[in-house]
Amino acid sequence: MDKTYYNPDDLKKFGNVGDFQKELADKFFDYYGAVFSDSALTAKEKSLIALAVAHAVQCPYCIDAYTQESLEKGFSEEQMMEAVHVATAIRGGASLVHGVQMMNKVDKLSM
Amino acid sequence: MKSLFAQRHNLSDPGVQLDLINNHSEKVRSLDKFEAKMDEIGLFPLKPTGIEIFQINVGYMCNMTCKHCHVDAGPDRQEIMSRETLEQCLVALDRPSVTTVDLTGGAPEMNPHFRWFVGEVAKLDKQIIVRSNLTILDTRRFEDLPAFMADHGVEITCSLPFYSKRRTDAQRGEGTYDKSMKVLKILNGVGYGNEESGLRLNLVYNPVGAFLPPDQESLKQEYKKRLWEDHQVIFNDLYTITNLPISRYLNFLVMSGNLDEYMEKLVTSFNPSAAMGVMCRNTISIGWDGSLYDCDFNQMLKLKTAHGAPKHIRDWNLDSLNQREIVLNQHCYGCTAGAGSSCGGAVA
Repeated sequence: MDKTYYNPDDLKKFGNVGDFQKELADKFFDYYGAVFSDSALTAKEKSLIALAVAHAVQCPYCIDAYTQESLEKGFSEEQMMEAVHVATAIRGGASLVHGVQMMNKVDKLSM
Repeated sequence: MKSLFAQRHNLSDPGVQLDLINNHSEKVRSLDKFEAKMDEIGLFPLKPTGIEIFQINVGYMCNMTCKHCHVDAGPDRQEIMSRETLEQCLVALDRPSVTTVDLTGGAPEMNPHFRWFVGEVAKLDKQIIVRSNLTILDTRRFEDLPAFMADHGVEITCSLPFYSKRRTDAQRGEGTYDKSMKVLKILNGVGYGNEESGLRLNLVYNPVGAFLPPDQESLKQEYKKRLWEDHQVIFNDLYTITNLPISRYLNFLVMSGNLDEYMEKLVTSFNPSAAMGVMCRNTISIGWDGSLYDCDFNQMLKLKTAHGAPKHIRDWNLDSLNQREIVLNQHCYGCTAGAGSSCGGAVA
């Protein structure tokens, strides 16, 4: 095994996943392309959503790719960081809202 | 900050620059040569469609030293076009097929013959474009120029690499954004940017970093909204321009470790439609000493017009120049990437 799990150059080999299973890879990449095209949401809006989601799922390849994409779509640094904060708020909120479950359990267990 | 030229930096040597963009690494060496790419789509040798635009670089002197400047301009540059050479330009451009005179630099306003030359070109009924850095107009010596240029119907195309202070100042120096807004308001005050005045004020976006420009039209709408809401500034058009890997921008790419990736990006983004519309096909670039080039970038790389075409404005021959083969190299990928790039923005 390599000494690191992530190598930036591996992103360019993403398409190679089709070498082991072409049919499903083709379906995925067709779907991926369709998802990011202009539609009810613009491709520009989708790139900022992708940047936020990249941070939520903590994918370093996606963060590199959609940082570059967001710059090339014309977003400012402030807009990009606000998108990251949206991901952060949802992740943090997802933990905190479970505090209600904890409180419910405390109520049930307590006299 | 000193220019690379004043620092005697090795990147002030065009030969070193050309070697880097061709041979910097195994990856860069493996990229398709631009001439071969153009040959694949039937555009090699690349020929002019007819010279319509005289882009005259009236000198490399500038009051600013921007980090990305392909001219390596700055206060320490002494190269200035003489009156004699400007007179030779006037003789050459005085023909109906030449519609536009595009003045660039450096800061073109700093040429001591600027006012005289604009006045002479205006008599010939040509479209005059002045490429201004804006901040030069915020000095006592040049504060009369907004009114002067308005009186002569000059179109002003000015640099504003982003609508935010952070990014603009990062590229062009601390305080540039605030000065630019002040000058844009002055220009608006004399009628520039107002559709009904006929005085056109265009802004130029260029990426502040190693990435390609956004879609021109959507970015223009964003600029319009932000500049109006934040500063009550108006303008006509926004031109997105790709940074070409030469001079100070090349230095940035090398120092930041981005050169290989950027060259690969330019090559993989090659757009045949953009290649059809490259500006060197209808433009001639004239250097401060009267030398002729296919574009301002070739000028900075000292790649003069070739294949038997005249090399100096004193030897002007339109027929010969319209028959020339345009000199190409790897930097040309900057004008054909994505939506393409020219001094008038995207071309595809």
